[in-house]
Amino acid sequence: MTAVLETIGLERRFGGLIATSNVALRLERGARHALIGPNGAGKTTLVNLLTGVLAPSAGRILLDGVDITTLRQDRRVRRGLVRTFQINQLFGDFTPLTTVGLAVSRRLGLDTQVWRRLGSRKAVVDGCVEVLERFGLLDVMNTKVATLPYGRQRLLEIATAIACGPRVLLLDEPAAGVPEAEREGILAGVAALPADVTVLLIEHDMDLVFRFAQRISVLVNGAILTEGTPSEIAADHRVRAVYLGSDHG
Amino acid sequence: MRAAAQAALADLGRWRWPEVAFWVAAWGSWLLLPEQHLLLNEVAILGLFALSLDLVLGFAGIISLGHAAFFGCGAYVAGILARLGWGDPVLGLLAAGLVAMGLGFVTSFLVLRGSDLTRLMVTLSVSLVLFEVANRMAWLTGGADGLQGMVVGPVLGWFAFDIFGSVAYAYSLVVLFGLFLVARRVMHSPFGLSVRAVKGNALRTAAIGIPVNGRLVAIYTMAAGYAGVAGGLLAQTTQFVSLDVIAFHRSADVMLTLVLGGVGYLYGGLIGALVFKWAQSWLSDLTPEYWQFWIGLVFVALVVIGRERVFGWPAAVLRRIAR
Amino acid sequence: MLTILFDGIAYGMILFVLAVGLSVTLGLMNVVNLAHGAFAMAGGYVGVVLVNRLGVPYLAALPLAAVAAALIGVVLERTLYVHVYGKSHLDQVLFTIGLVFMASSAVSWALGSQQVFIELPGFLRQRFEVFGVSMGAYRLLVIGVCGALAVGLQVLLSRTRFGSRLRAAVDDPVVARGLGIEVGRIFLLTFALGSGLAGLGGALGAEILGLDPNFPLKFMVYFLIVVTVGGASSIFGPFLAALLLGVADVAGKYYLPAAGAFVIYSVMLVVLILRPQGLFAPRSGR
Repeated sequence: MTAVLETIGLERRFGGLIATSNVALRLERGARHALIGPNGAGKTTLVNLLTGVLAPSAGRILLDGVDITTLRQDRRVRRGLVRTFQINQLFGDFTPLTTVGLAVSRRLGLDTQVWRRLGSRKAVVDGCVEVLERFGLLDVMNTKVATLPYGRQRLLEIATAIACGPRVLLLDEPAAGVPEAEREGILAGVAALPADVTVLLIEHDMDLVFRFAQRISVLVNGAILTEGTPSEIAADHRVRAVYLGSDHG
Repeated sequence: MRAAAQAALADLGRWRWPEVAFWVAAWGSWLLLPEQHLLLNEVAILGLFALSLDLVLGFAGIISLGHAAFFGCGAYVAGILARLGWGDPVLGLLAAGLVAMGLGFVTSFLVLRGSDLTRLMVTLSVSLVLFEVANRMAWLTGGADGLQGMVVGPVLGWFAFDIFGSVAYAYSLVVLFGLFLVARRVMHSPFGLSVRAVKGNALRTAAIGIPVNGRLVAIYTMAAGYAGVAGGLLAQTTQFVSLDVIAFHRSADVMLTLVLGGVGYLYGGLIGALVFKWAQSWLSDLTPEYWQFWIGLVFVALVVIGRERVFGWPAAVLRRIAR
Repeated sequence: MLTILFDGIAYGMILFVLAVGLSVTLGLMNVVNLAHGAFAMAGGYVGVVLVNRLGVPYLAALPLAAVAAALIGVVLERTLYVHVYGKSHLDQVLFTIGLVFMASSAVSWALGSQQVFIELPGFLRQRFEVFGVSMGAYRLLVIGVCGALAVGLQVLLSRTRFGSRLRAAVDDPVVARGLGIEVGRIFLLTFALGSGLAGLGGALGAEILGLDPNFPLKFMVYFLIVVTVGGASSIFGPFLAALLLGVADVAGKYYLPAAGAFVIYSVMLVVLILRPQGLFAPRSGR
């Protein structure tokens, strides 16, 4: 199997602090991979490095074997590397329909059109409806995003990412702050992704991780502590020590 | 549901009756208010200038305190061309718009980064530097005395400018209407939506694969061109250009104008221009020297009470109708 | 040459006293206060009225001008500015431009629109020759007063409880409130201090800067330059920036009259482009 996303010796320092230390991560096509670690382990920093929000201090990032280390954020998205945010990043003035519509237009390469209306292409409409339906957002598609309840906004956060047509999807704590009852909607939406989409899930919630992931990497103090199948990780005494030693059980 | 989504998307950017009524009234004013043509010409020009600022401020979220740089640039280009003997208005206007666009493109890279504060200062500095350039290059611009001796030909070789401003207003209104239609079309396109997305959340915009800086450069350049055309219109219809076109108070006035009409829905600049020019002429009749005091008071009150609250109800009504 | 340097330093010192209040409101409190010059103008005109019309001694009029401007600052802060602290920068710009318009019109209505000067007492019109440099007593006074103020401010901000409370209140108002610091009062005092200094600068500097109803807009740019170039993290930055600006402006007018203010604006632009973050250290976007 070839690696879709791979990092080699990835490192990021903030002044004297090492937030990411020599991380080698390898995701294969269609992988369901989880990244766990205690608070402050550097998970979000790693996502920011992968997506180009931050530049690494050292190391390389490969997407389909192509070096994307210095590639701009939006260019990485165009190559299929898409993320969601731990804290919702949405367009408050938009509706779910226009939010997803913009993402779909971008996927279809129509976002630079200045003369045609957003809804004048059948493909855009179809794309919107498909994504909104999958996340159960059709009934609120014309509601202003800022007025949606938090759980719905969380769904839209993920729906928007999926509307970009990811080949590699980075989910940064998708269930953060979502009430128990609404988690299933998020899980269902993610589970319905095509099998060839590679998913990296960053999560605190161990239930979610063990239900979802086929492989798990454990990040501690910016470095990968270990990697393995869920059962291997569950049995690893070092991982237990890290988790029992922290606030999170 | 698919049909509903399609209908909702198709609904974006559809013409509503208040819009049609607005433009019917605008054209009607040419027929019905001949003695107001000089003032209405100023309204149309200020409206176009404020529309330009709306593209930058209302749609892309860039605060500019130096938008007069592009207005003045266009005014001087049109004015200098007319003085050098190229007096055809349409070509002059085209040149004014293109040169201002060039200036907008170059300076757009300066406003890409930074906070509101930095952008404010950068745009202000750019306009100040240009003001000084215009002031110092008196051999070309006339400096503090203003640009004398413009000869502007008839529009399309046919309609000569008259002292009542009738041709001038018609000319400005045609240009304003044409450029408004273009702006309206562009702002309802996926491109326009992506510009608004940058204002809404730049981080997310990049995360769906849209180059944030590219969009800002594009919209800033376009808006600069609009401002340049507005400046060119002023130069041609008044046949005079002075340093006033690029002065700080012009940047401030246009911002006030836009805010008076409301930010971010294209008509704000036009409505604001009407209110601003009307208030200006009314107040300066009332208290010729101190009309600025009342304008100032309006803005202080507006902000302290809250723009949302003041404009809340009419804007909500408009939005409902215009949806 | 040295005379120009001397004049430039006096000019820069005035600019520092005028602008230092703005470096707190704009740089630390993140409030775009384009009306800062209006407080300076207020102080200047109070000085004019006191000295020229009521015959108050010049040196007594200076503190009175400062107090008057500070009082105006207090009233406006309590009644109006408190409403715009939390608003967008666009709102703050509109609000403060509105204030400038009102202040300028009010002054030209009450006192006329022509340029005015404060009559200097005889002892300030003397000149001295020191090492071949001709120095006016007035400019020496300006340098002395402003220099003392700069030192005093540095001590106030770095050594006193008020200074540490101000820094805490600016850093994180919520936490500061939790610690029992009355953030609103700290801001009020700071605002009053800044306005008072501006008022003092306006009265003290009227001779150098000239005073007319357009004063707030005319010098707004200079204040902004001082704050931009100097940054807001210390007193020293704006102080140095003001001195540089003063000397450069005086020297520029003398040696390169053709370039005018072009050089200064360009320098500001370059600084903004090259070091926008370092100079402003923005806290929150909006």
